[in-house]
Parts: sequence; structure tokens; C-alpha cells
Amino acid sequence: MSLTEQQIERYSRHIILEEVGGVGQEKLLRSKVLIIGAGGLGSPAALYLAAAGVGKIGIIDGDKVDLSNLQRQIIHHTSDVGMEKVKSAADKIRAINPDVTVKTYHQLAMAENIRAIIKSYDFVIDCTDNFGAKFLINDACYFEKIPFSHAGILKFYGQLITILPGKTTCYRCIFNSPPPTDVAPSCSQAGVLGVLPGVIGTLQATEAVKYLLGLGKLLTGTLLTYDALEMDFRAVKLNRNPKCPLCGDEPEITELKDEEQQVCDLKDGKCCN
Amino acid sequence: MKLIVNGQKIESNAGSVVSELLVEQNVKMPDMVSVEVNEQILKRSQFESTQLKDGDKVEFLYFMGGGNVIN
Repeated sequence: MSLTEQQIERYSRHIILEEVGGVGQEKLLRSKVLIIGAGGLGSPAALYLAAAGVGKIGIIDGDKVDLSNLQRQIIHHTSDVGMEKVKSAADKIRAINPDVTVKTYHQLAMAENIRAIIKSYDFVIDCTDNFGAKFLINDACYFEKIPFSHAGILKFYGQLITILPGKTTCYRCIFNSPPPTDVAPSCSQAGVLGVLPGVIGTLQATEAVKYLLGLGKLLTGTLLTYDALEMDFRAVKLNRNPKCPLCGDEPEITELKDEEQQVCDLKDGKCCN
Repeated sequence: MKLIVNGQKIESNAGSVVSELLVEQNVKMPDMVSVEVNEQILKRSQFESTQLKDGDKVEFLYFMGGGNVIN
């Protein structure tokens, strides 16, 4: 594959970077990234990967655009309210960059379908907003051995980690299983600062690009935590857990299961102090 | 005893087990937290039994599912 004149111009700022060059840009154009969730995190991730020229972007989301999304889900516009999120996202991706092929999945990621979907991608980005999906994605990527970026956000806080399944610390190494439903309060009232997923989702896209290009040091074995109020980033080193129920020495989880959805209500107080 | 909790040096007057530290540090929902001591993640069942000692590094890692969750 060689770049057209238009592409050389479009991607010139990448090509000028010694560490990327035309070769790197061609690699991006041949790459396939799946974004699970076209919401707060998925929006910036999708926009930046489109701009970067990732050749194929898959997006999974079962939802429609809602007015309350627009405070932070910047890939969706006022005129998109009521539209399927995957269609709204796909339209903007194509508008930014016609080089990108978009595959949309207007459905929820579930145990019965997720492995078949993720198989054909090079990297997955978890942009979901619930624990059940996060554990499912972690497990599915482990079974299919697809590297992925995990992230979560809440109120003024965010965190992310890059996971090379079977090689580096996984989500279950850190968080064994979803928090109990009767204890976890309901997150629908928690709220989130609109700009927050912009930061974290873009960091996820950064990790994806680094992985695809083989550049720099991936955020593996390290949970990056962000406190927007304190403007504090911390990189917490986390080794693989030999007692991890998925990737540890004596695995208990050998197949995918839809974890019970958590309801997490913060009106009474703090989820993360 | 002197501990480093979430990157900060503190003087803890809690007893010497993790569950007591969680109370002292005002972690209101211990079920929403994962605890790492000296770079090893604990099982929840170990919170009551894991002894801390002077100089230990403790991290509280919070479950973050998302800002808008009811599926």
C-alpha cells in the first residue's frame, strides 16, 4: 500500500514524526480498532482515531442519543437526538476522514456475541459505563487474547489501564468481580463532569495508537488515576495477581457470563472519597 | 504507625489491620474498594486479617463503572 498525495498531506504531521513516518501511517491505515460504547469515553476515542487514520473502526452501542448525553458525548450533536448512537458516531467519523471504514453494531455487548465481534480487531477500547460490561470485555479479550484499554469515570475522577491479556495485569487482577448489588449505590445520580471523559477517552485512543505503531511505553501493569479537582495524575503500579480468577495460577473463570448489572446510587454520599 | 496511603505519608492510629485502616481513612464503602498493600492486591476476605507494619505502602483502588449507569 502506498499513500496518495491527499493522504500524504492529510497525515503530514504524523509522517514528519521520525517515529511514525509514512510506514507508521500505513500501519494505522491497515489497523482495526473496536470501540465498545459510543458515549462519554467513546466519543473522543472515536474522533481521534478517525483523525489518526485508523483504517477500520468498529463501534458497539445499543442506545439512542439522548439530550442528557450532549453535556459530554461530543461526537453527538443536538440534531442527533433520537438517532442510534452508532449511526451518529459513524457519520462524524466518516465526515472527519473518508479513509476510515466504520462498522457499526447497534446492540449491547453480551456474552453470546462479544467474542465473535472482537476476534477480527487488533485492539479494543472499553468505553462502557457499567461494571457488567467491563468484566465481560476483560474476560472476552482474555479468551481471544486481544489487547485492550480499560477505563472508568465517575464524578470528577477517572482511571485507565492497558491490558495485554495473559501477559499483564488484567481488570480482574485488581477488581475480582463486580461489587455486590445490595451494597453498591445507584450511579445514575452520580453525575460526571462533562470534560472528564474527554481526557480519559483521549488517553485511551493514545494507548491504541501507541500499540498499533509499537511506540513508547504502554500503560500496562499500571492504573493511571486522575483527580480533576486536584489536577492530580497518579500511576499506581499493580502486578499481576496470582490469585486472579481469570488469569491467575488457578483460574476459576473458564467461560463468558453476563454479570449481573450493578445499580450504583450515590445520592447518599461518596463512592470514591 | 507510619504508612503511605494513596501516595501520601500518613500517621495512622488505627489498629494494625487493613479493615481498621479503611475505617480510619473514611472509606465509607469498603465493598467499592480494592486494596493493594506493597504492590500486592488483597482478597476482600483478607481485609480483617492482613497486618500492616510501619512503612507499608497501601493503595485504595475504587470501582469506577461510569457516570450514567442503569442498564
